[in-house]
Amino acid sequence: MDLDALYQDIILDHYKNPHGKGLREEFEAEVHHVNPTCGDEITLRVHVEDGRVADVSYDSQGCSISQASASVLYDLVHGKTVDEAMEIHAKFQELMQGKGQVEPDEDVLEDGIAFAGVAKFPARVKCALLSWMAWKDATVQSIGQAAAGGQTEEKA
Amino acid sequence: MSDLVLPGLLDDLAVIRQDFPILERMLAGGQPLVYLDSANTSQKPQVVIDAMVDHLERHNANIARAMHQLGAEATEAFEAGRDKVAAFLGAPSRDEVIFTKNASEALNLVANVLAWPNASGGAPFQVGEGDDVVITEMEHHSNIVPWQLLTQRTGANLKWFGLTDGGELDLSNIDSLITETTKVVAFTWVSNMLGTINPVAELTRRAHAVGALVVVDASQAAPQLAIDLAAMAPEERPDFVVFTGHKVVGPTGIGVLWGRGDLLEQLPPFLGGGEMIATVTMEKSTYAGIPHRFEAGTPPIVEAVGLGAAVDYLGHVGLDRIHAHEQAITAYALEGLQTIKGLKVMGPLDAAKRGGAISFELEGVHPHDIAQVLDSRGIAVRAGHHCAKPAHARFGVQASTRMSSYLYTTPAEIDALIEGLEYTRSYFKLG
Repeated sequence: MDLDALYQDIILDHYKNPHGKGLREEFEAEVHHVNPTCGDEITLRVHVEDGRVADVSYDSQGCSISQASASVLYDLVHGKTVDEAMEIHAKFQELMQGKGQVEPDEDVLEDGIAFAGVAKFPARVKCALLSWMAWKDATVQSIGQAAAGGQTEEKA
Repeated sequence: MSDLVLPGLLDDLAVIRQDFPILERMLAGGQPLVYLDSANTSQKPQVVIDAMVDHLERHNANIARAMHQLGAEATEAFEAGRDKVAAFLGAPSRDEVIFTKNASEALNLVANVLAWPNASGGAPFQVGEGDDVVITEMEHHSNIVPWQLLTQRTGANLKWFGLTDGGELDLSNIDSLITETTKVVAFTWVSNMLGTINPVAELTRRAHAVGALVVVDASQAAPQLAIDLAAMAPEERPDFVVFTGHKVVGPTGIGVLWGRGDLLEQLPPFLGGGEMIATVTMEKSTYAGIPHRFEAGTPPIVEAVGLGAAVDYLGHVGLDRIHAHEQAITAYALEGLQTIKGLKVMGPLDAAKRGGAISFELEGVHPHDIAQVLDSRGIAVRAGHHCAKPAHARFGVQASTRMSSYLYTTPAEIDALIEGLEYTRSYFKLG
């Protein structure tokens, strides 16, 4: 088994120095997702402003793959419009569920292409997807809050 | 790797290993298998595999209802499995051995039947509002959740023993935990995470003194400790003991509930269906005697045949010898693990106080990553919470890595683990 295909330097760098980690105060929705089989956990908040993902903040515990994935998620989606971010989400999910047969698009996924190797390790795919599923859940909730109106005031 | 000889090690270890065909497996990259996940499930000797294949090839039929030769043979083979399990446990009576799907189902069976009055309307053991059920913080989820369900459904209180920093039960508050209102005390004999061997006789005596029933989860004990129920003093003998087939070199799909006969006879049925009845009308039913009252539907027949062969095999090797082997390997592993920088073993550090499962943390590397690197070297361990989240929470950790040995484990395999862990540290560039 090719360990280096799994543990690319990009992944280990993100693991050691995660981007955007920590919970921040501006958010409309907070979710807590767990991986029930292994116990990895993430608490994730999303702040959507003017149709953009203004911030993604998170606190998480877990393996290198799940931690690095959250860091890459932060880099890829914050500042993007919600639609763009959802497209990136779809591309990442497609890559992870592609059993190693999907060629990643570096223009879209940037550091996320390092996870192509993870897709060959079925037991680890859910590690990589934990933060991404949490983000989608929280973002949908944030938009729902915005649609219901008055999300910005209540955050003061 | 050296073929070290340790005191207590099985002297016929090489022969025993030949009984387990899977130990010859080569894994990806030409790596030989180093199987250190036996507390998760044990490997199967050829004699178990052959017994099951032979049954399916030559004797397969449904039991206790088929009026033909194969039916008689299948029934005999199934009931012979029960006899062998009864002998394995030293059960006072073979009718006290009930086959279930696994240990979880056995525990759920007990927790469920204690929620209801019995068939004649009496309720000598029914758990109700204001009663206490006492468990421990080191239980597998399967000995926590059924009791949560029971107490939530009946209005009873769930209480538990905490743990000491050394990973043993904290018995300092036993007088306030086990009281006149205690109806059930349920605990594991050997912890699947910490390895701790609990004082079954003492806890049982204390529980019986207040009239409580004792339920012991022997899933990790049955593989490695000789159990002789009949030889126990009645006040120190648990009322229920459960274990699972697949951890005692038997197949999956079958577990065992041993229960005190007079108690089982007074408890209401669990699942309703075929085989558990005496007679059925459209209005009501009467029930079969034990053990069949608690075995609704077609049971795991070939699994019972396999389990019978498995406990026969263990008996042939000798549980005392297996226990000595486990202790020798565990002591050797504890010694080796503690040479690794940043590694912390959870649970007792004295091999005499524990079973053959050792959970540990390695500073700077997550258990999943440890398991992944070890797997690339052919070494199989478990990483995660091992279905004991509260016990992990007690020690402030979310997950751990667990190595677990069995009668076929060699010192050389422990050496491979230690080398693999050193390699893991270097792979993740830990200083």
